Order: sequence, then structure tokens, then C-alpha cells
Amino acid sequence: MSETLPASPANEVLRLEQVRKAFNIGTPLETEVLHGIDLRLNRGELAALIGPSGSGKSTLLNLIGLLDTPSSGELYVLGQATRDSDDEARTHLRNQAIGFVFQFHHLISAFSVLENVLMPLMIRHGKPSHADIDLARGLLDEVGLAQFADKKPTQISGGQQQRVAIARALVTRPPLLLADEPTGNLDTRSAQSVFELFHRINAQFGCAILVVTHDPRLAADCGRTIQLVDGHIVSDAANPPSH
Amino acid sequence: MRLADSLWTEWKIALRFLLDNRMQTLLIMFGIAVGSAVIVFITALITGLQANVVERTLGTQAHIRILPPDEVNRILPADDHSWPLVLESPRAQRLRSIINWQDVRDVLDQDAQILAVSPVISGPAIARRGVARASVALLGIDPPRYQRIIPLADDLIAGQFTVGAGHAVIGKELARDLGLGIGDKLRLDAGEGREAVVDIAGIFELGVRELDARYVYLDLKQAQTLLDLPGGVTVIDTTVAEIFEADQVAERLARLTGLRAESWMETNGQLLNALASQSITTEMIRVFVGISVAFGIASVLAVSVVQRTREIGILRAMGSPRGQILRVFLLQGGLLGLLGSACGGGVGWGLVQVFNLFGPRLFTIPVDPTLVPLAMLVATITGVLAAAMPARRAARYDPAVAIRYV
Repeated sequence: MSETLPASPANEVLRLEQVRKAFNIGTPLETEVLHGIDLRLNRGELAALIGPSGSGKSTLLNLIGLLDTPSSGELYVLGQATRDSDDEARTHLRNQAIGFVFQFHHLISAFSVLENVLMPLMIRHGKPSHADIDLARGLLDEVGLAQFADKKPTQISGGQQQRVAIARALVTRPPLLLADEPTGNLDTRSAQSVFELFHRINAQFGCAILVVTHDPRLAADCGRTIQLVDGHIVSDAANPPSH
Repeated sequence: MRLADSLWTEWKIALRFLLDNRMQTLLIMFGIAVGSAVIVFITALITGLQANVVERTLGTQAHIRILPPDEVNRILPADDHSWPLVLESPRAQRLRSIINWQDVRDVLDQDAQILAVSPVISGPAIARRGVARASVALLGIDPPRYQRIIPLADDLIAGQFTVGAGHAVIGKELARDLGLGIGDKLRLDAGEGREAVVDIAGIFELGVRELDARYVYLDLKQAQTLLDLPGGVTVIDTTVAEIFEADQVAERLARLTGLRAESWMETNGQLLNALASQSITTEMIRVFVGISVAFGIASVLAVSVVQRTREIGILRAMGSPRGQILRVFLLQGGLLGLLGSACGGGVGWGLVQVFNLFGPRLFTIPVDPTLVPLAMLVATITGVLAAAMPARRAARYDPAVAIRYV
């Protein structure tokens, strides 16, 4: 489905070059939140982004997710420079290349679980085909919620909602999956199962996954941990395999 | 993506958003329905009422009356070296015939804007029966022509519509005042010794008291003799195809014939004035009801946009373009307008039927079949327009901020 995108160098999904982000530019309140971030993420990587509150994690994730633009530097998604592209182009790229999972699962309450999963495809090309529906059902099966397909999001638990959100993020087969504290709102057991799901889809679909988390144990399970402090990457290292 | 595919998604989201907020949707739909019911009912009522009033007014009079010009004093111009001081008393207007009225009639018969032409001679007389007397207006007519101006035969309540050979047709009030029935004799005195005795052939009721008490219809020739205008007519009545263009046609006819032409619009100035004020009032009611409906839609959608901030953010994050969000809310406005006005239009139509069945029954209101569809169209457009502001706001949300909105 990403055949319209330009070929990216090797298996690189994401590259940040000297990305800075400042707010209130040109006013006395100007503050720089990210100070020259360099980062590369390859296909199939599962990376955890950790750091204290206010370190710039959410800002960085917004930039990577093309919800915001860097003040300077360049951000490549699938080899495509994005800083100067307009809202329409970035919106299109979001739909084609990126899957989002948020802390508060954010399903749309007016739609059923299955329709929520199908939503990115409906945004992409209107009425979903039989193949789309089969794919969505398959993903729901994958996250263990096949029997809840016709329920409303409010009728299932928080952990289940988060798994629906993951299925939704995967329905476009994105090369890059971004998760912003996906377990921040869940109990330990649900959080564990969500992370296991990330591992499984990472292995199965080969997409790059970047997870923002507060939980050092969950971060240690990922293949790579990136630590952000005060807008700088202070460490970026592969974790020893734990399983 | 093609717009049609995108619209499918937008339609689905818009519909679900409306269904999801069922109470809110029902309340605003009720508001729109009441508004459109009022608009449909009042429009039908006023249009029907006005048509009825005009029809009744024109049922007993010509659209344009051609009259001989008034007699005026000619004042001799003074010579260059003197100042004229004039003390003038207006001339008494005697009964006069239209000169060459046959030619005028023939010219009018050819006119495309004129439907019917009827020469009439009319003048005052005293009607007597026994000791009772009543002042009446004699009207000498050519029955087939006159019938096309005022269908008098339809208003007969007794006898038949025959005016030739010493027969007369009189109004109901006059018949009552003088105690006349069909076949009774009536003496008409037009002054200066000109008298005639006629048989009552028919009695009519036009529904206008003044006319029913005064009109005496005679044969043209007999009236000419009585009024001492042999071969003359005093007025030519006409009807036109476009009644509201009567004043323009009258102006043209006056220039064409050199005679005086009075349109019904001129003689019924007050009525027209009343109709115009009524139309303005109706228009104001419609506009203000429309505005309040529009504000209702706008405010409900504004609340809905705020309520759905996070969902809008997530749709944008999933790659929904700004235009799509915009259309989702425009569609909601349009849908509310369409469905609300469909219910309201139905109720308004029903109210008109109830009025026709159980109302005062003075007249029936016809409902123009395009009224309800037109009201729905206007309401739908109003809904879309009312949604414009909230929809623009939704489309402009910064997704990064909207997602974190609680």
C-alpha cells in the first residue's frame, strides 16, 4: 500500500538530522525544547524512548508523527524530507506510513470496534472492501479481540481498548508505529500483554516501533533504549536480549 | 482519493456523530421542525389568504376601466403684457359617452394583454315600487361580453340572467328593500321625465352589500334611452391576463386611446398597501425564524465540535485531511436542516389541512406543491451555512493539541 512513496535508503524508516524545536519563537518566552536531535530507526526495530517528564519526549514524538514541524533540522520519513512539506502532504504521509497508539486509547465512541480498526482505511479510500474487512478482523483476532468486533469501545475494558487501538494502527501496514505511553493508563498485567503484543507484531510485520514509556522494566525488554534528558539524547544503546 | 470515496466516509462519520449524540440531535431537530412548520404554515396561509382576497375583490370589478376624460375649464392665455388672475370653479361632470367607443372596443379586442372587453353604460336613477324608493345605479350591458368580466350568472340566486326586452336583473338587497320577486314590476326614474317599467328576471348576490343594494342591470339600449345617451357608453370594462401588471397596462391604454384608464390597483390602493405590508410581515417572520433556526444549528454543532475535539485530533492523526473534517461538520448541518425541515414541512402541511377541514372555513388554503420541497432545500442550505463556522474551527484544530484535549 506504500507503493506511492519514494524508495527509502536501505531499510531506514526514520532519520532525524539536527532537529530542533522551539516554542514561542520571536517572543521573550522563546524556549527550545529539543536541541539538535540525531536519530535513525530501521525497519524491524523495536525501540523504547524514555526520559523524565518535561524532557521533550512528547514533542519529539509529535515531530516524528508529523503532527508538528521542527524549527530547524530535517526529518525524513521513508527517505522523504518533511520539514517543508505542507499540511496536506504530511497528512497523506501520516496515513500512508505511520500508525499511532496513544496513552488514552482514543477510540471513536460512535463506531464499533471493527469500524474503529477500519477507520484509517476508510479515511484512505472510502468504503472498505471485503479484503479490508478481512484484514481488520484478522488483526482483531491477532490482538485477541475477534469476538468483540461489533461491540462499542465503551463496552470493553481499557486494556482491550488499547489492543483495539494497536490493531487500528496496524491496519494500514505502516512501516512505522508510534506509541505514546500506551501502557500509562493500564494495570501491570494489561501493560505486560500490550508489550508482548508489540514484540509479536514487530517480529511478524517487521515494522519499526518507537514506544514512549515510563516503565524501565518494559523499556529493558525492547531491543533498544533511547534516553532523552532536557532535549538531548543522552544514551542510545541496544539492550541485551532478555528472553 | 476521489471525492465520492471521501464523501462516503464523511457521510458515515457525520451520521454516526449525529446518532451518537441522540438527545442533542433530537432536540435541535425538534427546534428546526417547529421553525420550518411555522414557515410552511404561515407562507401557505398568507399566500392563500391574499390570493383569496384578490380573487374576491376582482370577482366584482373590472381590472381596468376605460373612462372618458374629465371635462375641464379651458383658460384663455393672457396676452404678453398682462398678469392673469384666475378664479376657477371646477366643472360639473355630466354623464358623457366615450367618443368612438366601438373603435376603442375593437382596438382593445386585439390587444394581447387584455382578456375581455365589455362596454357599459352606467348612471344614476331612482327605483320605485309603490311608495318605496331607492337610489340605484343603472348598468346597461352586453350580457355575453359582461359575463366575461364578472360572471354574474354564477351569482344568481333566483330567476335567470336575462336583460333584454324590458327585463332587469337586480341585487338581493334591493329586492328585499323594495319587496321584489321574480316577475314583479319595477319603475325606474332617471330624471327629466325619462322613466321605464321593467320586469325582474333575476336576482343576484355578489356578496358586497353596496353592489347588491344598488346595481340594476339592463339591456344596453334601454339604459342608453333612460340615461339620454343614445348609442353611447360611459365606460369600457376590461380584464387583463396578469392582474398585478394592471397598472402598467392601464397606463399604456391611456396613452393609446387618449382616454382615462383606471386600474383596480389604483382604485384599491389601500388593499394593495395592506397586502404589501402583510407580505413584508410574513417575510420578516420567515427571516427571523430562519435566523434562529440557523443559530440553533450553529450552536449545537459548536458544542459538538468541542465535545469531539479529541476524536477530531485522532482522525487527523490517522491521516484525515482538513477538508474531510470540514465536510463532516458541514454534512451534519445539512442533515439536521434536511431532516428537521422534512418533519416540520410535514407538520406545516398537516396544519394547513387541519385548518382547511376544521378552521373557520371562510376560505381554503391551497398548498403549493413546491412549498415543502422548497422549504427543505432552503433549510438544508441554511444548515450547511450555519455549520460553516464550527466546521472551520474543527478543521483548523492542531492535531497534536487536539489529541491531548481532555
